[in-house]
Amino acid sequence: MRAIISVFGKDRPGIIAGLSAVLYRHGANILDISQTVMQGAIFTMVMLIEVGEGDSFSGLKADLEEAAEGLGMELHLQREEIFDSMHRI
Amino acid sequence: MINTRDILSTIEMIRHQCLDIRTITMGISLKDCMSEDMGRAIDKIKEKILRKAEKLVKTGEEIEAEFGIPIVNKRISVTPISIIGEPTGTADYAPFAVALDEAGKEVGVDFIGGFSALVHKGMTPGERNFIRSIPEALASTDIVCSSVNVGTTRAGINMDAVALMGEAVKQAAERTADQGGLGAAKLVVFCNAVEDNPFMAGAFHGIGEGDCVINVGVSGPGVVYAAIADMKGANLGEIAEQIKKTAFHITRMGELVAREASRRLGAEFGIVDLSLAPTPAQGDSVARILEAMGLETCGGCGTTAALALLNDAVKKGGVMASSNVGGLSGAFIPVSEDEGMIAAARSGVLRLEKLEAMTCVCSVGLDMIAVPGDTPAETLSAIIADEAAIGMVNNKTTAVRIIPVPGGKVGDEVSFGGLLGTAPIMPCSKVSASEFIHRGGRIPAPIHSQKN
Repeated sequence: MRAIISVFGKDRPGIIAGLSAVLYRHGANILDISQTVMQGAIFTMVMLIEVGEGDSFSGLKADLEEAAEGLGMELHLQREEIFDSMHRI
Repeated sequence: MINTRDILSTIEMIRHQCLDIRTITMGISLKDCMSEDMGRAIDKIKEKILRKAEKLVKTGEEIEAEFGIPIVNKRISVTPISIIGEPTGTADYAPFAVALDEAGKEVGVDFIGGFSALVHKGMTPGERNFIRSIPEALASTDIVCSSVNVGTTRAGINMDAVALMGEAVKQAAERTADQGGLGAAKLVVFCNAVEDNPFMAGAFHGIGEGDCVINVGVSGPGVVYAAIADMKGANLGEIAEQIKKTAFHITRMGELVAREASRRLGAEFGIVDLSLAPTPAQGDSVARILEAMGLETCGGCGTTAALALLNDAVKKGGVMASSNVGGLSGAFIPVSEDEGMIAAARSGVLRLEKLEAMTCVCSVGLDMIAVPGDTPAETLSAIIADEAAIGMVNNKTTAVRIIPVPGGKVGDEVSFGGLLGTAPIMPCSKVSASEFIHRGGRIPAPIHSQKN
């Protein structure tokens, strides 16, 4: 199952490292990543991942949200189909 | 990968523009629950609802978590109880409502609709008894919603039923006086009712429907507002185009959720109903969309034209996005549930007469309108008849959900809580329609109903 992680918040070191560690622990594979720092301060990252086979989506979501909260960031984990259906014909 | 801008725009719609799946409604046929023995029928009804809807709420929550889209309500609609209960020969249908209430609460849904009757051409003795049972049914339950169809373009308007419904609305409010007449807020009188509507209080599972069907209602007035709020100087064709595009995106999301819910629940996928259903929350108002088009206040001159544009553009975007658009699909204008409508009604700009005109061009009718408690039943019936006439002649669904607030006077406000919101009590005509209503009979179908 593929999913999109989107992260927003004040830029600081360790954001990608912190979240990648969670993904590694859950056996998720990062397929694509795109990040910008808007107006020099707001970190925005979008990441496409393959959820680890047999891994719990809700468990991964809870751990990612916990890690993001520790970093002072807002995080959303959503299955890719929601974006596909809304923006592709 | 999908365009980052598209991803961010979706998240923005959900975070700041109140985009949500308003309801996943499971339609359950109760045709196989009929019995001459009321106790037996009730047992079968409860058993079937518990069996079919056991996982509805949990599944809704799982989809919400995985797709990151709020699903505000999980609901059930059932085959009209007037039909299911008639073989019992009972004069009191309220025990059926209590059974629905208990079953709905046990599976954890927000509302259960289908305490309903279809009497647009005539009424059986059982259906007369059913209508007389509605006030008691609504007073003795919490989550049951009731609806009665009193007219169609094909059959005309059953004015005997209209007269009974004026009484039923009045009594439903009086029986729940301690809650501001809440009973009447759970009672809808339709013309041209649709059988697959997922929205309450008018949802019922039509007699032409299958055994178990998932219908999804998508909302998003805030998204439409945000899409056009910055279009200063754009002409109305451009506004319509923008609304259409926005409706397309929203409907696609609804279709995905509907298909996913149907698959997981082993139920048939019915329809996606794209209705701009407002809530009392800031930024989730249909009235504010009309004002964003350039009206000073909703209810002023130009409101009907703006609403016609909105309703049509929403439908066009919806049908492009899904082959299964159904239900009511359009714009709702419930006064108490819409922050902008509440403000417009408070200011006196939005009046009952203008709302009636607006119902000619939107997807429903006079919705969640509070009127003084001393409004006679015959006047309520006359309001229902006017609305039904608009639906009948224009070949569209119209409805009346009006609350004669016990003890309430013009200028007072009544709060129903939650999504039902707050209603300023609006003035309505004091001129009598009593003789007209008591004539009874049937208003014949219009000439353009003869299409065969």
